Amino acid sequence: MKKVPIDERPLWRDEFSIQSATEKYVARRQFAKFLVLTSLGMFIGNLWILVRSWFVAKPQFLPQRISTITDIKVGGVKLFSYPTADDPCIMIRTASDTLVAYSQKCTHLSCAVYFAQQQGRLECPCHEGYFSVEDGSVLQGPPPRPLPRVMLKRQGNEIFATGVEA
Amino acid sequence: MTQRGGVTAIDGAIALIAILLVIQMWLLTATLESYLAGHTEPILPATIISAILLGACGGLFFFIRRIDADVRSKEEGY
Repeated sequence: MKKVPIDERPLWRDEFSIQSATEKYVARRQFAKFLVLTSLGMFIGNLWILVRSWFVAKPQFLPQRISTITDIKVGGVKLFSYPTADDPCIMIRTASDTLVAYSQKCTHLSCAVYFAQQQGRLECPCHEGYFSVEDGSVLQGPPPRPLPRVMLKRQGNEIFATGVEA
Repeated sequence: MTQRGGVTAIDGAIALIAILLVIQMWLLTATLESYLAGHTEPILPATIISAILLGACGGLFFFIRRIDADVRSKEEGY
């Protein structure tokens, strides 16, 4: 193609300045810009998590009475909320002197776990995630983390929740 | 640089940006997972690495723009 000096170009070359030969550059440049903006979005997400971890106050764990030990038979469960009404928990009496309690929200997608007495484990009905009753660790399934453990304290026959282990 | 060479270089840069983006995506999910589990120690290092990856993506983007400008300056006058 013959080269034409800039000042002798017809008007339509200025109005349609992206030539077909270089059009692929424009499409690639726009795609690269989109990718970089997505990268910026990811960074902002990380930054938001960092700021949140610095400035959001950690929950206060006040002691809360749950029940008396005689209310639960061995192998039985007691459902309660701790530390707030939006935090369902499950307490299991595994032996005459042993009580364990965990958050009832499955760490996969927050379905309510239940105690499968025959299998001796906590099970999530949504995606077959299983947790150990001894320590809340994941036995099987998609849950990525153990169930948060609720700390219990016994005063006589009264049982109190005193905190949550992350 | 020829037009074809420019396109190849840009395609390579875009592929690299995409790879860095996948790493950054994994980093974000791992950071969120860690935060939800109550472990806040890895969050700051993860944010710093994410910033480095963003810088690398930005650097590659400016490389693409430079290639584009180089090719366009050679095409001037057509």
